[in-house]
Amino acid sequence: MNELPQQLVNGLLLGSMYGLVAIGYTMVYGIVQLINFAHGEIFMVGGFGALTVYLYVLPDGTSMWVALPLMLLGAIIVSVLTAIGAERFAYRPLRGAPRLAPLITAIGLSLALQQAVWAWYPGGEDSLNFPQIEGGPFEIGSVTIQTGDIFLFVVAPISMAILAYFVMRTRTGRGMQATAQDPDTAKLMGINTDRIIVIAFALGAAFAAVGAVAYGLKYGQVQFRMGFILGLKAFTAAVLGGIGNIYGAMIGGLALGIAETLATAYIADIPGMHQFGSQSWADVWAFVLLILVLLFRPQGLLGERVADRA
Amino acid sequence: MTALLEVEDLRVAYGKIQAVKGISFSVEAGQIVTLIGTNGAGKTTTLRTLSGLLKPVGGQIRFNGKSLKKVPAHQIVSMGLAHSPEGRHIFPRMTIEDNLLLGAFLRKDKSGIEQDVQRAYDLFPILGERRKQAAGTLSGGEQQMLAMGRALMSRPKLLMLDEPSMGLSPLMMQKIMATIAELKAQGTTILLVEQNAQAALSLADRGYVMEVGNIVLSGSGQELLHDESVRKAYLGED
Repeated sequence: MNELPQQLVNGLLLGSMYGLVAIGYTMVYGIVQLINFAHGEIFMVGGFGALTVYLYVLPDGTSMWVALPLMLLGAIIVSVLTAIGAERFAYRPLRGAPRLAPLITAIGLSLALQQAVWAWYPGGEDSLNFPQIEGGPFEIGSVTIQTGDIFLFVVAPISMAILAYFVMRTRTGRGMQATAQDPDTAKLMGINTDRIIVIAFALGAAFAAVGAVAYGLKYGQVQFRMGFILGLKAFTAAVLGGIGNIYGAMIGGLALGIAETLATAYIADIPGMHQFGSQSWADVWAFVLLILVLLFRPQGLLGERVADRA
Repeated sequence: MTALLEVEDLRVAYGKIQAVKGISFSVEAGQIVTLIGTNGAGKTTTLRTLSGLLKPVGGQIRFNGKSLKKVPAHQIVSMGLAHSPEGRHIFPRMTIEDNLLLGAFLRKDKSGIEQDVQRAYDLFPILGERRKQAAGTLSGGEQQMLAMGRALMSRPKLLMLDEPSMGLSPLMMQKIMATIAELKAQGTTILLVEQNAQAALSLADRGYVMEVGNIVLSGSGQELLHDESVRKAYLGED
């Protein structure tokens, strides 16, 4: 069983990618109570943003160590602009409408973004190869970090630390928390809640873009449908952690990644379960976990709230 | 001399239902002015309109010489009008200190903000003892203190308090009322909405009695306290 540490690390790496994307679901939900089902596509366009920088902006043969920061920047710009546009033109006009209306809009927007990339991105109807880092794999003790995962290994913890600092320690972060807890009273404090909503969309998109670059490096390709399953998984992570809670999104992501990895690795060892161990069952275990959470702890792992005493 | 706040023929409606039907009143600098009346008289609606959360359908609001009618809610506090809302509405999952800091959200003077946080702790020592605790864990009276302390953090020219005594024990209510008197002594101008007419009128320089969206009576606090119809309707005497 000395492969367990390796499986745990694999799970944490996969989970940190889910966590990066889950932040956007939870942040937007926390502030406007909208499940932004187009968030998976905000993630997807980030992947294409990064690829565009590599293919069409940088000269051929640019070293990945130079290219990667610029690709990351490109991913963030494309995702953030898409999210801000979605907020401004699709969601804001529906604020105050029954909750079903923005939800349907989100699903429509999700399909529209997929189809736009499919139709208009050169070669977008197929999977496109994503440039890879050279070198590796990297050995840390008995654990191996694959080359494609080294970006996640470095960038995911940094991203999450930045987010926690931003939300807990900065003035705008406090404004976000206040808006999430009580929007009218937040206005009385002088907080421009419209601006906070835009910031929540933009911030969630930026983290999704980081996740998209990680995805491209991990799987070696991007594709117009890549946001669908990953978006659902990240949504699962957000619910698992307790939707509306940013730490919940991170913890839920990690928990989901570990659960999925361990299930895939070990479930076949259980007598009578040998046919359920393959990689193609990984998504099933992820969504089984979602169903179990919804049944037994619908508020999620960290979803417990301090009672608002009268 | 013009008043700090002048409200003229203010009308507010929820859809077709008029909640405030053309009221006029004013608040002079340094005064405590109170609006009293039963539930549904339109007192809270009036305050929510003054702070921009509701848009009036007619009338004028002039604060410090400027019209407030077109100013969005989040800019009103920067003009010097702070509102401690009915039901306290503290931010339950944030610490007491963060709640106070949110009251100073638009201020940039760090040292001044620190001084004012300390001033709030001097005014309400219990808040200082629990500064790192989630505000939702406070008792009702303590939450009221926090809501008042938070509203003061913007250094308002006019502090609006909506039902600060609601749901509090008699002892806690006395404490809150004493604090209001203390704030006045320090020079704070206060617009106080209360159902506890006795307590409010005893403190007030001027009072207005509201009934179903109209002001039906006004006078100095003492006049209203001794007015027969007020005594009958609001002070429980027959």
